[in-house]
Amino acid sequence: MTRQNKPVDVVLVGLGWTSSIMGMEMTEAGLEVLALERGKDQNTVPDFAYPQMADELTYGVRYKLMSAPADSTVTVRHSSQDVAVPYRQLGSFLPGNGVGGAGTHWNGHTWRPMPEELRLRSYVEEKFGADIIPEDMTIQDFGVSYEELEPHFDFFEKILGVSGTAGNIKGEIQPGGNIFEGPRQAPFPLPPLQRTLNDTVFENAAKIKGFHPFPLPAANASEAYKNPYGMQLGPCNYCGFCERYGCINNSKASPQTCVLGALKQRKNFSYRTGCEVIKINKDSSGKKATGVTYIDPNGDEVFQPANLVIVGSYAYHNVRLLLLSEIGKPYDPVSNTGVVGRNYAYQMVGGATLFFKDKNFNPFIGAGGNATVIDDFGTNQIDFKKEGFIGGSYIFAAMTNGQPIRNMPLPSGTPSWGADWKKAVKANYGHTMTIGTHGSNMSYRDCYLSLDPTYKDKHGLPMLSMTFNWKENDIRMTQFMKKQIEGIVEVMKPDHVDYSFKDFGSEYDVRPYQTTHNVGGAVMGTDPATSVLNRYLQSWDVHNVFVMGSSAFPQNIQYNPTGLVGALTYWSAKAIREKYLPNPGPLVQV
Amino acid sequence: MMNIKKTLNNSRRKFLKEATIAISVVAMAPNLVIPTLAQPLDIDLGEYKPSYFSANEWAFILAATDRLIPADATGPGALDTNVPVFIDKQMQGRFGNALDWYMQPPFLSAKPEMGYQSSLTPAQTYRQGIKATEDYCHQTYQKSFAELSDSEKDMVLSQLQLGEIQFSDLSSMQFFSFLLQNTKEGYFADPIHSGNKNLASWKMIGFPGARASFKEWVAYPNVEYPLGPVSIEGERG
Repeated sequence: MTRQNKPVDVVLVGLGWTSSIMGMEMTEAGLEVLALERGKDQNTVPDFAYPQMADELTYGVRYKLMSAPADSTVTVRHSSQDVAVPYRQLGSFLPGNGVGGAGTHWNGHTWRPMPEELRLRSYVEEKFGADIIPEDMTIQDFGVSYEELEPHFDFFEKILGVSGTAGNIKGEIQPGGNIFEGPRQAPFPLPPLQRTLNDTVFENAAKIKGFHPFPLPAANASEAYKNPYGMQLGPCNYCGFCERYGCINNSKASPQTCVLGALKQRKNFSYRTGCEVIKINKDSSGKKATGVTYIDPNGDEVFQPANLVIVGSYAYHNVRLLLLSEIGKPYDPVSNTGVVGRNYAYQMVGGATLFFKDKNFNPFIGAGGNATVIDDFGTNQIDFKKEGFIGGSYIFAAMTNGQPIRNMPLPSGTPSWGADWKKAVKANYGHTMTIGTHGSNMSYRDCYLSLDPTYKDKHGLPMLSMTFNWKENDIRMTQFMKKQIEGIVEVMKPDHVDYSFKDFGSEYDVRPYQTTHNVGGAVMGTDPATSVLNRYLQSWDVHNVFVMGSSAFPQNIQYNPTGLVGALTYWSAKAIREKYLPNPGPLVQV
Repeated sequence: MMNIKKTLNNSRRKFLKEATIAISVVAMAPNLVIPTLAQPLDIDLGEYKPSYFSANEWAFILAATDRLIPADATGPGALDTNVPVFIDKQMQGRFGNALDWYMQPPFLSAKPEMGYQSSLTPAQTYRQGIKATEDYCHQTYQKSFAELSDSEKDMVLSQLQLGEIQFSDLSSMQFFSFLLQNTKEGYFADPIHSGNKNLASWKMIGFPGARASFKEWVAYPNVEYPLGPVSIEGERG
């Protein structure tokens, strides 16, 4: 039997970046806010404390901070003709778990999208003509502009304490920064991280080629810093345990270090862990949510009444919750109708590994956002008509960790075991660096999310199914990037180089880690026929449901999503506070 | 077979004893005193009683890991670093029992790109894989795996890796893949997990382990880091 709790003004689903931000904004508006988090509570101390965090096997290899497939996973297939099978073991992407979510184990790469990326379809049509967009490519505008989001990017960067060099302040190009970025109102709050050898080697080669290298904007504090919420970050000590780890040092921005410490002091905020929301409840009209139903740590079903439901779980969990709650019409790729699950996209990455006998990179000395980048082949720099694809990538040289189980690149042709393997390990460890591409991924009519007909989660509810494969456009894009990297590598003259780029005919592979930047499925936009949410991230169908996170992206940008996710959350919060609360109802009329 | 195992272990033990003496001489400096450890990490492989593996399975694990990472002039091998102990302990934990994996039916066959779709846990895969490999060795060589010559062992391991030996009820490639993955993990993981004895693999490559603080040394690009490794328990190498 369902138990019923005392009503609250706002219920937040999940407690990662977006719910932490919404918690601050909604409590500031004087509302009673409750967050329901599926995983466990976690804090820098004791959960991320030194020395136990410096354990590659437990965290890097066995994924202790990630969401275990045993608790929650998806099914995957390449096309709707295939039978989807479970993502039984983590590989390709690593959803976070517990308080802080993926914001605890990220690297800290903090980007703003290019202004053109937020209005991608319009940009392509205006500049190159609508006829270059393939028929089955379903790219759209976000429905919000870079200019509208700018103050929110700026504030989020100050919350995170981003270390970097600005490239464009109020339209004035700044040498040493990303000259292709949209104008920003202010410099980054902190100077860039210290440069390491890989940065210098790459920077010199990129300059020789006429490109414009700059330090990657990193949410790893280069100096001691206090953010606008009064949260204190410590200077990064380059410990080399960022990605897949919690920060031992209060240096890497996470919901814990940047927001939750302040939020937990507010009397009108509370949170419960071990509580998995399984449904958003609606009233008899179907147009208004009455609250959420969750399973508590005892396995009991609980109804939590609320005036406002803000969904802030991982991208594909958001989509599943909407489908389970029957909010918005599920997408059907055959009739090309419906919206929930439409426009799922991933990210296109590739890389080169360079071996230098005479260089000692000390790869264990690193930070998650420790990298040098060029954006000369970004989305707004490429002639799509001439090159035959839509999209772009940034190209970067990073040194994030030298943990030897996973970070042991060896020249191609090296045996995978035996005496010669060990000889190669000894000769090459510490003498390699990588140049990677991190690129956009377009959305397509036949890449989508739906409920699986067969597999169930531990509560007996249908799992989410991903239907996804690589497309020619995106392979062309990554092959174009490979050529650019080859040009840079020629200048660098390594003793050996190996390339890893997806080639034509490559099928999506769930086994090797690629990126956790899954996007789409509950996209924002201007037309309810092709989006789940309006430009304020409000459900078109149920006006007191707002959905945060990268599930709102109608296709993937070329950058890591956290910067845009944070800015969109502040943008939505402002709309809720200034427009929705005084006059609850749909914020956009169609 | 047991005699062979014993000889193997004796020679490794001798090597380890010598190595330990060499290390303690280096560690005599007063600022490098090894703190008391919460649990003894200097498990002697020859004395170790496996908890998951039977005696025959253990002989296979010792012989196989010894070929995957042999001891030689380049550096320590899998047996010097207690890799078999690491694997035995992994079999009994979350990994061996696939506690974090989605292991609900139906188990369908799918393209390799769809990832792990076996109904077997890693511990079950080891048990069945060792038995199938031993059956193959007895049929082909009339010997157990541990009794084969080094080159015969290497041949069998390569055939497992390439799927050239077909098992009826599991993938030989999957079995080999777990074996190789866990061997490298035991070699390079923090000794808290019972492998990487004496931090020997980290010393070989120059990885400082759990130091996790390089605020000063980040300013010295292309200069070899001067300090040896430390472990989570505070052991130094």
